[in-house]
Amino acid sequence: MSMFKRFLAVLALSILSFGIFAAPVKIQFWHGMGGELNDITNDLVKKFNDSQDKYVVEPVYKGTYDQVITASIAAFRAKQAPHIVQVFEVGTATMMAAKGAIRPVHELMANSGVTLDTASFLPAIASYYSTPDGKLLSMPFNCSTTVLYYNKDAMRKAGLDPEKFPATWPEVYEVAKKIKESGGAKFGYVSGWQAWVQLESFSTWHDVPFSSKENGMAGLDTRLAVDSPLHVKHVTFLKKMMDEGIMTYTGRKSEPINTFTNGEAGILTNSSGSYAAVKLGAKFDWGVAMIPYWPDVAGAPQNTVIGGATLWVMAGHPKAEEIGIAEFFKFLLQPENQMNFHKITGYLPLTKDAFELTKASGFYEENPGTDQGILSLSLKQPTPNSKGLRLGNMVQIRDVEDEELEAVWSGKKPPQQALSDLVKRGNEILTRFQAANK
Amino acid sequence: MQEKRYAFAAPRDFALAVCFILPQLVVTGLFFFYPAGQAVLGSFFMEDAFGLSKEFVGLENYRRLAESGEYLHSAWVSLVFSLSTVLLSMGLALVLAVTADQAIKGGKFYKSAVIIPYAVAPPLAGVLWMFLFNPSGGAMTRILAGLGVSWNHMLDGDQAMILIIIAASWKQISYNFLFFLAGLQAIPKSLIEAAAIDGAGFWRRFLGIVFPLLSPTTFFLLVVNTIYTLFETFGIVHAVTSGGPAQATSTLIYKVYNDGFVGLDFGGSSAQSVVLMIIVMALTFAQFHFVEKKVAYQ
Repeated sequence: MSMFKRFLAVLALSILSFGIFAAPVKIQFWHGMGGELNDITNDLVKKFNDSQDKYVVEPVYKGTYDQVITASIAAFRAKQAPHIVQVFEVGTATMMAAKGAIRPVHELMANSGVTLDTASFLPAIASYYSTPDGKLLSMPFNCSTTVLYYNKDAMRKAGLDPEKFPATWPEVYEVAKKIKESGGAKFGYVSGWQAWVQLESFSTWHDVPFSSKENGMAGLDTRLAVDSPLHVKHVTFLKKMMDEGIMTYTGRKSEPINTFTNGEAGILTNSSGSYAAVKLGAKFDWGVAMIPYWPDVAGAPQNTVIGGATLWVMAGHPKAEEIGIAEFFKFLLQPENQMNFHKITGYLPLTKDAFELTKASGFYEENPGTDQGILSLSLKQPTPNSKGLRLGNMVQIRDVEDEELEAVWSGKKPPQQALSDLVKRGNEILTRFQAANK
Repeated sequence: MQEKRYAFAAPRDFALAVCFILPQLVVTGLFFFYPAGQAVLGSFFMEDAFGLSKEFVGLENYRRLAESGEYLHSAWVSLVFSLSTVLLSMGLALVLAVTADQAIKGGKFYKSAVIIPYAVAPPLAGVLWMFLFNPSGGAMTRILAGLGVSWNHMLDGDQAMILIIIAASWKQISYNFLFFLAGLQAIPKSLIEAAAIDGAGFWRRFLGIVFPLLSPTTFFLLVVNTIYTLFETFGIVHAVTSGGPAQATSTLIYKVYNDGFVGLDFGGSSAQSVVLMIIVMALTFAQFHFVEKKVAYQ
């Protein structure tokens, strides 16, 4: 009996205390930051949780980016959507079209009364994730862009000055050729994320459309434009390098990092976020430069395109929780937090303040090349051609880009035909997305 | 022929019988018929990823498949892959089983060694082979380079196909080996000894006695392996080639996954899985109808 009384007492106490000390509002945060990045994300969230006692953000690692988005969609369909989900840049159009499933960040701010200084974002970052009239849709989190890494030792062996890496494709060709011929490396050049580097970022860098309607930002009826003479010329050029044994191909994603770090290829184009991996793997002297451009294209270089992921808020959560989400975002935007994340992950700082703060801390002098990403992303004010890509079913379109490029590399199709097929197949996917998201 | 006997004749016994098979029925219903029904239903709709708008489109998803060159290509890839994998894994398993059946010293060790790969999960098997044949610095790549073969399955579609066939077969050899070995050991030794005394050599005995008596096992494995290559090899393709390069290894099952879970095109993916289901049903039916006639049950 006394046991029962004690139980009642404890129960009554806990109910009472619940009334007095309101339990913190819990916010579910699903992300795809694996390995080292998972720990970094957890630390960042813990810092927020410790900084106040009203909200507790609960980070959950859900697997790779496409697994996060699939899991979130399944959760939404089961009416159990988390508050925040991290979605990679190619999933942007899918999320945007899901009206009713997502809560645009500008609405979140208006509803919660917590304002984020959206004007402080670097222009290329804000424009990628905003509506055409400039309203922020999702909260930028880990942004990266395309850069070039080169083996300084291999350049020395080829009799070249490693401190002067050239900026244009014809010059890079000569460097790659000399690296190969001098035996500095087995191959001159390799590229990771070829669809992103050789077609998507290539288009914005040269200020030419990747697809119509401002690369999809101005309408769902966008159609691919990557069969232009410039694109054909570039792919033909790469194919020539490959035929001459100057360039090699070792995978669609980040696999080529190994080809570079093990000394097999002298030059690598890949994500600025690969900085840490290159630093860890390369046993030689290396440098970072901007990706090359074609000097005969007017307006080039313009600016590179964004990669990485943003945080989307799922709809249907009460106001108290939305305020918590907005507070968390505000915390993420603090220049100090931005800078720390930038320094340890290699992802870009999101705001001008954070960039300046990092610069002032002397980080770029100590780690040369870490600023090449941010500099090429914000080289010029973005144009309609360069402010970003917003295509529905972009994941599938990426597959088609990779497949058609591989068809060129393996000699199955000439560049012109492959790019025409890419446009044709990509447009079928876009038409279907348009039909499913009226 | 035996007279048919029913263990459960009375209605009360029938109820008991139902109780026994009910758990299996529930499991089959819940995990097979319900999802399969959902797939059939979903294949008539076009919807966005979040299921916010859903539109009945009739046979539109199927029409798209029929008109899609990629889908036909994928069917061809599946055919090449399945046929090669079934032949390779069953052929090698048979050779190993016949050898193991005759091994006198170290037979146990030998048998265990052949069975081990079966315990390896398909994606892991895939990763293993991917590392061995990695174009940048894989152990096999280096050996092949030494032999003058330039290996890069990221670039060469035929090499990619060879690699997934090897990976998928390697995984399945253990399973086939077990069944073949059991089948071999069930063959009465007296038959073989009698033939040997009559002067029949190894090949004569194998082709005239062993192989025909093994035919029920072979037939069973043929059906099971066909289904394995069509459905369960997804993990290997995913880990080794992701369907590339240029769709050279995009099998039907991989395409179902990729269009559904990566591309988030649920309608199209459902239609593909329905077609695949029909193909496998037709294949299994054909195997039972035509091949089984050649099987000699004892």
